[in-house]
Parts: sequence; structure tokens; C-alpha cells
Amino acid sequence: MQVPSHVEYERAASLQHALSLLTRPDARAVAGGHSLIPMMKLRLAQPELLVDINGLTELSFIALDDGQLRIGALARHADLLDSAVAGRCYPIFHDAERVVADPIVRLWGTIGGSLCQADPSEDLSAAFAAARATAVIRGQDGERTVPVRQFHLGPYETVIGPGELLAEVRVPVLPATGSAYEKVSRRVGDWSIAAAGAVLRLGGAAERPVIVSAGIGLTAVGAEHFVAAEAEEFLRGRAADEESFAAAGAIAARGCHPAADQRGPEDYKRHLVAELTTRALRRAAARVRLDA
Amino acid sequence: MTGAGGPPTAEPGFGRRHRKEDQRFIRGRGLYVDDVRLPGMLYGAVLRSPYPHARIIAVDTIAAQAHPKVKAVITGETLAGLNLAWMPTLSGDTQAVLATDKVRFQGQEVAFVVAEDRYSARDALELIVVDYEPLPAVADARRALDPGAPLIRDDQPGRTTNHIFDWEAGDARRADEVFRDAEVTVAQDMLYPRVHPAPLETCGAVADFDRVAGKLTIWATTQAPHAHRTLYAMVTGVPEHKIRVISPDIGGGFGNKVPIYPGYVCAIAGSMITGQPVKWMEDRSENLMSTSFARDFHMRGELAASRDGRIRAVRVTVLADHGAFNGTAQPSKFPAGFFSVFTGSYDLEAAYCQVTGVYTNKAPGGVAYSCSFRITEAVYLVERMVDLLALELDLDPAELRLRNLLRPEQFPYTCQTGWVYDSGDYPRTLRLAMDLAGYEGLRKEQQAERERGHLMGIGVSFFTEAVGAGPRKHMDILGFGMADGVELRVHPTGTAVLRISVQTQGQGHETTFAQIVAEELGIPADDVEVVHGDTDQTPFGLGTYGSRSTPVSGAATAIVARKVRERARAVASAMLEVDPADLDWERGRWYVRGDPDQGRTIAEIALAAHSDLELPDGVEGQLDATCVYNPPNLTYPCGAYICVVDVDPGTGKVRVRRFIAVDDCGVRINPMIVEGQVHGGLADGIGMALMELIAFDGDGNCLGGSFMDYLLPTSLECPSWELGETVTPSPHHPIGAKGVGESATVGSPPAVVNAVIDALRPYGVRHADMPLTPAQVWRAIQGRPLRTDLAIGPE
Amino acid sequence: MTIRVAVSVNGTEYVREVEPRLLLIHFIRDDLGLTGSHWGCDTSNCGSCVMWLDGRPVKSCTLLAAMADGRAVRTVEGLERNGKLDPVQQGFIECHGLQCGFCTSGMLMTARWLLDHHPDPDEAQIREVISGQVCRCTGYENIVRSVRWAAEHEGASRMAEDGPA
Repeated sequence: MQVPSHVEYERAASLQHALSLLTRPDARAVAGGHSLIPMMKLRLAQPELLVDINGLTELSFIALDDGQLRIGALARHADLLDSAVAGRCYPIFHDAERVVADPIVRLWGTIGGSLCQADPSEDLSAAFAAARATAVIRGQDGERTVPVRQFHLGPYETVIGPGELLAEVRVPVLPATGSAYEKVSRRVGDWSIAAAGAVLRLGGAAERPVIVSAGIGLTAVGAEHFVAAEAEEFLRGRAADEESFAAAGAIAARGCHPAADQRGPEDYKRHLVAELTTRALRRAAARVRLDA
Repeated sequence: MTGAGGPPTAEPGFGRRHRKEDQRFIRGRGLYVDDVRLPGMLYGAVLRSPYPHARIIAVDTIAAQAHPKVKAVITGETLAGLNLAWMPTLSGDTQAVLATDKVRFQGQEVAFVVAEDRYSARDALELIVVDYEPLPAVADARRALDPGAPLIRDDQPGRTTNHIFDWEAGDARRADEVFRDAEVTVAQDMLYPRVHPAPLETCGAVADFDRVAGKLTIWATTQAPHAHRTLYAMVTGVPEHKIRVISPDIGGGFGNKVPIYPGYVCAIAGSMITGQPVKWMEDRSENLMSTSFARDFHMRGELAASRDGRIRAVRVTVLADHGAFNGTAQPSKFPAGFFSVFTGSYDLEAAYCQVTGVYTNKAPGGVAYSCSFRITEAVYLVERMVDLLALELDLDPAELRLRNLLRPEQFPYTCQTGWVYDSGDYPRTLRLAMDLAGYEGLRKEQQAERERGHLMGIGVSFFTEAVGAGPRKHMDILGFGMADGVELRVHPTGTAVLRISVQTQGQGHETTFAQIVAEELGIPADDVEVVHGDTDQTPFGLGTYGSRSTPVSGAATAIVARKVRERARAVASAMLEVDPADLDWERGRWYVRGDPDQGRTIAEIALAAHSDLELPDGVEGQLDATCVYNPPNLTYPCGAYICVVDVDPGTGKVRVRRFIAVDDCGVRINPMIVEGQVHGGLADGIGMALMELIAFDGDGNCLGGSFMDYLLPTSLECPSWELGETVTPSPHHPIGAKGVGESATVGSPPAVVNAVIDALRPYGVRHADMPLTPAQVWRAIQGRPLRTDLAIGPE
Repeated sequence: MTIRVAVSVNGTEYVREVEPRLLLIHFIRDDLGLTGSHWGCDTSNCGSCVMWLDGRPVKSCTLLAAMADGRAVRTVEGLERNGKLDPVQQGFIECHGLQCGFCTSGMLMTARWLLDHHPDPDEAQIREVISGQVCRCTGYENIVRSVRWAAEHEGASRMAEDGPA
């Protein structure tokens, strides 16, 4: 088995302690370690200091608070999958978590760890982007918020700077909203070949609902900020029907940049984007309770 | 039961029973190579080439040697001085232990570091500086023989191309006649892509050279400890009686642990140089990128038939990608293994195959992953061709097979390429599979599903295996006959020890071989200790692969037990003071014919054999025997498999709904273990058919170097297997057993592929190559299936 | 540079000086000599290293030993209690749930955790919980049956262990 290069290790006793340790530019926070440590074993990541933040249990909450679903960065994938309140507000997170990694890894990997790893194939990045979530970043001087849609600067790169830590993700809980996530992979637990998440807010009559707003997140296909912006815009005000969903899927497929690789050629990935976007929209719409 | 008053007959040895070896494994007390710890043990690590093809200009080890925890750094140059830089392969070629002039595949061994701990050894690799001059690489086997293709093996004087061998079997002229005259012919190119056995435990060794005693002890992950010992004697110059190879518990072999790998030789050299034991355990990327891969056969199949569905002839041309060194492990007269059994399970008028082997800039290997020496390739070819014929004639694939399967009265059957199939009732086996599957109902359901636009597929595969290599007059590996030795000794107190030459890697030999002795002698299996894996303690043999343990060593065990039984008869006759001819046997006991109360149990005989009892002239004391078994023929297990799949046309995703497997492996020593073997092989079929692939890009970079890309099936891709059995004993095997270890791996991939292609029938799909990933299935539906061995590039 | 790590393993406290980069699986196997857990890949896919940390299964190749400092580990060696096999261990023997044995310790630890939380799992639940762990020998069928056997025989084993009231 491959092994990491030399690294220093400190255990953070408090959030402030962690932040001060993280001012070193070559320091990385480690929680579950299930994104970072595999990279270290392959020596693709070689931090000089690991700051173990597992003790910061105040960041492991999942709660509905004042119209927002608040998910602490140290919440484990399994926690999010088991959370009834999260599942009620945003089934997209349950759909996505069910297909992230495997049941053992989900006991340890954290929401914050996955978002900060910033892998272009990270399912949660697209799911939170679809939900128009906000990242809450703590620094030594206080807290700042960044929309998840601006959180990732590129593959493996986020806006988190030295002395900062992702503390939580906040997702607005709105009425008449449904969500879903659709992923295709070569095998259980594999990264997506492509995946699409949809969050739909509907209005109008129950027999002929109309899309008030749409969030479409795309995984692993080079979509800017994990989002299918043009397709979202297209759907606003349109009928929530098959025709709209199919058209949105086609727009989403045209607007992304999938790369041919071992998971599939470009034409297949684009096709999947169209197909999965349509399916996610369909299921999201079906989950809306207009009277709620 | 005996007559009144006598002891009860010993229990049958054959049957379901718990495995004896489980006791240590479920407690975490197995002893695998990485569990071996010796005083003063050092750790080795291999530096590998990042280039598929490059000249080595210089190797600078100064910085590595200066690392405070490094004890030695070995290069090709070091080994050349010891005449160890190149070693023979199992195919009569040579392979670099550490590269000297060039590197010839990505991942090839270039240097070896020996350090105090594994982490330091890994660190030190980064301190070695190698100056490479990259060369164009041959990544596409189909271009390996192009004029002007880069020459890979310029280490061989006089070589000008990448051609290794041509080989043929069958009768080309007769096949041509049949094809010319046939009413229907179908042809198809198909690839059996490069896959990897990927046992869960990687390969490794602990080498301990004792300078004072001049003795080399090597713990290694080897399926063939004696063959390795002899080869080490030839390569290292240490005399064979001073070499001890110990194969402890092995975490899966599947053919991956048959060859000698450079890492083992480096560990030996490291131990000789440092005077301390050296452990080398490869990591998973090394395993996938440099150890023996499997398959990589580019085949063109043709089948000739009559319009009413009589299969008449099969013809195949094969391009075999052997990688940079010819390291295939098969009997020497069979450079394409037993591929010529592509004649399959049908009565053909003619058959012909032609195989060309080529070098490419990839890892060496080819024969591995439970292939039974290329029978996986042969069965895939013929079973796909039969399905293509069914499609062409619009006949049900099971019905077509029933019309053409060999009939029981045709056995023993000599096929068009010379194999003598020993026994089988093929139609019965297939009918049982169809019954278990509810085949008629499935076809009706499929029709209804198709009308609703759903893609459901049913795939059939019928295979004939040829295992238990093999008769001395036909088969050898590097000149070694494939006979295996066995020794049985019954102790004075009636328990026994059986020493065998084959090597379990999970097949349950400690139990099944004891069961053979129990069946033949009546000593309970729990009282028979099976010793294996240590060349100091066991007789010579060529090891376990190609499902040969039961056919060869199992036969040897039955025979040696019968020899012991005959010696016991002589001792019993002295004990009872009767003529030996007046004694009859019931399991566990010799008794006087007509007077059954007058008898002696095997335990009583054992004690007497060691006592001061006077024995007849010519009868030696104690109770033991040896045997070297030269099998008269291979054995021919068979099976009928049916796979049911559902395919999502929008995504190309395949779900295996059901898998029915009926195997005929002759007499079953332990049905529980047989079923376990089948279960495992069926999972392999799903893996290869749907997801496993060692792919390369156009430049020769290996893309299958981790379990993130070399995907193995999990519990969620595998259905609950439905098994059945028929039993046609092998007429020439002492206990009628045939072996089963690789059957399911052989028979399952075509069943899955046939099912998926069947599902795609509404789209007019005839064929698509494995692995049938979602992308491949979708592309097949579009009429543009992918070429899977080379990774996706601009098209 | 080393750091001090104190870990309770199967109820016994161990204190060692280790490099911070030392992986937990290597600590357990090489430093403590508990070789019942294995490693088989580089990318946290195979699961042969699964053991418990603070009562939950973890792929121990993906954690540092340092991260286990002050915490409790349970490995396959800790399943047997007072010479009595755990029902999951007995189940694997009864139902031929192992062949080469290399994935077995990880499967046993996951099975034990599953049954502690879901005493009566169905086949789908069992397949789901082991879906991150690879077996190359058994095709998973008998592993599922072994866990079912254990689920059906838990009570008997516990009673026997507790002895007469």
C-alpha cells in the first residue's frame, strides 16, 4: 500500500486553536480524512501540517433553523443520510448521499471535507449548488459567507484561505419545493460518469404547475460552478411538464464541458446530462407539495 | 453398518462439512506473507518506470544510498554483475529483473531499495534519479507488426520485429471446404480485453539468505512453491537442496501468483547483499500495472452452419498481446494455451484456429485469472458465435444449443482439434438450467417487456472445460512434467498426515484432501492433517492453477490412500492370521469375508504396523505410501449458465437480475466448497463483462492502475446465485472428480454478454466488446460501439 | 520526528512513539503485531482493513494512527470473548463465508456492527452494508448467508455466554 510523505500533526483543541494553526500556508485541516489522506498516500497532496479538527464537535450539527437547513462542516455523510429533517426538506441530499462512496466511508467522511476537497466529481458540490446553498467560513476575525456557486475556483481549489475553515453550509428552505439527484456510475461507489441534481420551486395551480425557480447542479462534466445556468434560466416561468424538462436537459447538455475519459466518451456524457437532468427535474417536480 | 457386534462403518468422507482451516482465519490468525516478521528484517521497494518505452541513460543512486535508513540500493547494473539482471520466463523467453538498457512497459522495475522500514524505503525511491530517453511505444497490438513499428525486444540478437510466434490447430483445408459449402456463415471480430486477477492480497516475498548455512528461505505468495524453488536454484546459483520456499496462507491467487516476479528476485538479492531478511510486498498499483494480466486476445470468429441450425465448423484467427516479455504460464507445447478447445460443446465437422503472438509495450503475462490456459477466451469465442448464429437464423439460443450439443453416447469424444472429452450429458445439464430458470416463462416475460419498451435480456452459455494438466507425454512447463506427488503416513495412534504438492489459495484443500483420505481409508477428516506449501515438507509438484488440484493431486491422494489400504490389508492379514485374499474392505476396516465380526479397524492396524508384530515377507512396517500421479488425460467439467439482465436504454446501465448456473464437475468431494467456487467465478463474469478493464492510452500509459479504475464487482452488482448440478463422473479419475475452480469464470462472461446483446436486440445490436459499461451499451445502441482496449481519445 | 499515541485496542491500552504519517492499519499490524486486519489497495476501495474506531467501522488505511490517539479500536482479534466465538464468526464457519480469508476480518467487523444496530437485517441490507468491501473468492452469496445465520443465532450464543442466571 502506498504511504504518505512526512507530515506534522496537531490536534485542534478549539475552533480558535484550529484557525491559528491553519494560518500556516502549508497546513490542511483533516476531519474524516477520506478525501485528503488518499491523496497524501499517492503523494498528490503533501501538506506539511495536518490539523485534526475531529474534536470540534460543535460543527457536527444538522438542524432546521429559522427557514434554513444548517449543516455543520463536521457532519458525516452518514449523518446527512440519516437526518430526517434534511431528507424532508431536501430529498436531493439523501439521493446524493446514498450514492456517495460506500457505507463505511460515509461514517467518517464529512460534508466539509468533501466540499473543500473540491473534486470536480463531488456529488455534494452539485447538490448544494442546485439548492443555492451558502458556505459559512470562519476566520480568526469572524465569519464570512460565500454562495456555494462561488465557493469552488476550479478543480481542487476553493476560496478558503489561510487561517480559515469551512464551518457550515446553509440551505434556504422554501415552500412548494421538490428536489432530486440522478447519478450514473460504472459501479457502486465509483465517481459519477455524470450526475444531475434539480431543485424546483413551483407555483400556480396543482393541475398545471409553473416553475417559479429552478436549480440544476451538474457533476463531473465541467459545468461552471457545477451549475447549468442557462437551463435554470430557461425553466423560469415555464410549465413544469415533460416538454420543459426535456428542453432544459438539452440546454444543460449543450452548456457543459465533459471530457472524454475512461468513464465515457464526450457524446455519451452529454447525452447523460440531458437524460439525467430531465429525470431529476421530473422527480423533483413529483416531490413538490403545492399546498405545503 | 457391519453385521451384529462389529463397529459401525466409518462415515463417508465426501459430503458437506465445515472447513478445518476456518478456525484460524475467523480469528484473524492466518499467516500471510506480510504477517511474516523476522528479527532484523528489512523492507524493499521497487522504483518503476514512468515511461512505456525508453532508453536508460543513467541511474543515479547516490542520494538514495545516503538516506540514513537505507541499507542497499540495487540496480540492473548491480544485478548484471551477479548474472541476475535477466531471468527466464515460464514461456522460454527472458524478462528483465531490473532494467539495464531500456524500459519496455510503464511500471517496469528499474531499481530496488532496501531500508529499515517500509516508509523509508518508499521515501528513498524519490531520491533515485533516472535519466530516460523516451521512445515511441507500441500500445496498439494491431499495429505491433506494422512495418516500421518500434522494436521492443532489441535485447534479442537478430530480432527485427515484435512477432513472437504463430501457432495453429485443427484442419484449415477441411474448414475451408465446409465454409465454402455451408448454407449460412456468420463472422464477428471480438476482443477479450486485458483484465487482471487482482487477488485481494498483492504479491510479495520475504527472502532470508543465511550466509553461514548457505541456505535461502523464501516466504512467497506462490501457487507453485516447488517450481519456484527449482527456478531459483537455476537462476541464483544456490543449490536446490539449500533453498526452501514457503507458501504460507495466500490471500487469493487466480493465476496471479504463478510467475516469479522481479520483486522476489530483488528481495533475494537484497538479503544476500545485506545479510538480513528482506521483505517486499507490492502495492496495488504495482500489482495491477506489472504483474501477470490476463486475456488480451483480439479474435475474429467465423461459424458455418446449415439453414436448419446445424453447426458445422468454427474458424478463428487470434492476435495475442503478450506485453513486453513473453511470460505466459502454460504448458510449453501450447503457446496459445488450450485455446484450441474453442470447438466447444458441439459436434463439428471441422475446426481451425491460427494464433499470432506479439510483443507490445505493456506488462507481461496473459495466462491468468482462472483462464484454464486460455479456455476463457475459447469459450467466449464459441458461445458468442453460437448466439450470433441464433440471431442470424432467428432461432432461440437455448434451442439452437440443444440441437447441437454433444450427446452422451458420443463420449469419450475426440474433438476436431484433438482433445478427448471424457464424459458428459450436455443436454441434461442445459435442460436443468432451463428448468431452474423457468426459461419459457422468461421468454414470454421478455416479449411483454419489449412491447412496453423495456429492455430485458436472457443470455445462455454452455461450456466445456479441459483441466487437470496434464499427461507427461503431452504437457510440460519449462520441461517439468505435470505429475504431482503425494505422501500419506498413518501414525501409530491412527491419525494421519497427508503431504501434497498443490497449493491452496482459498480452495479448501486442508479440508477436501482430508476428505479424500477419509473416504478411502475411513480415518475421519478431522484426524488427517494436510501439509502443503513448504518445499522442505512436501513432495514435488507443479502447484495449483488451471483447476488441476482435484484432477491431479486429488487423484494422487486417492491412489496413495489405496496403497496404504493395501499395506493395511497385509498387516491385517498378519493380525488375523488369514490370507490377504480372504479379506474384504468396508470403509475404515478390513474384515474376514463371511465372518464380519473378525476384522480390524484402520486405527488398530496402524498401531500394529508400528508394533513388534511379525509381518509377511516383503511387507514393510509402519503405514505409509507415496505416489506420483501422471494423469492419463485432462478432465472435462462442463456447465450451462443462464443470465437475466435489465438494461436502461436512457443510460446504458445494466442490472443483472438473475444468474442460474448448473455445473457438472463429476463427483463432488464437498458440495459446499464446490458451490463456493462457483459463486466466486460467477462474480468474475459480471466483473469482466461489465466493468473490469486494464486500459491504455495511445501512448502506452496504463490507465488501470488502481481500484478506482480497475473496478471489481461488489455485493450490489451480484445477484443471489441460483445453482444446480448434474454429475457425470470422469471415467479415468480414481474418484470420478473433475475439478471446478475455474469453471464459473470460464462460463459466465459469455452468459452476461449474450444477455446484454439479447436485451439490445430491438436496436439491431449484434455485438459489442466487453466491458459493457454504461457508455459502451449506450454507444452500441447508437450503432457505434467503442473499441475498449485503448482508452477513449478523439475519434 | 515522532509523536506519542495512546490507543486502546480490544480493551488493552498501548502507548507508542510513532511518525505522524503512520497509517492506522500499519500501526495495528506492524507496531502492535495484530495482523488479523489486512490491506489490499492504495485507494480505500477494498475494505480488507476495516476495523472499529470508537465503535464504528472504519477503513483503517485511510486514517493516521495519530487520529486514534485517546480512542478505542476493536479488531477481529477482539471478537472472540472468553474463548467463545462471536455469532458472526460461527456464522462464517457454518455457511462457508470465507475462502482465502483475506477480506474476512473486515467483513466480520462490519457484520458485527450491522447486527448490533439492526438485529434482523434482510438480504438487501446486508449487501448494502458490505458494498464498500471487496471479496474475490465468494461471490458474496455465502457472506450474506453467514450474516443471516448469525442474526438467527445471536440469542442462543448470548445466553450461553452469560451462563445460568
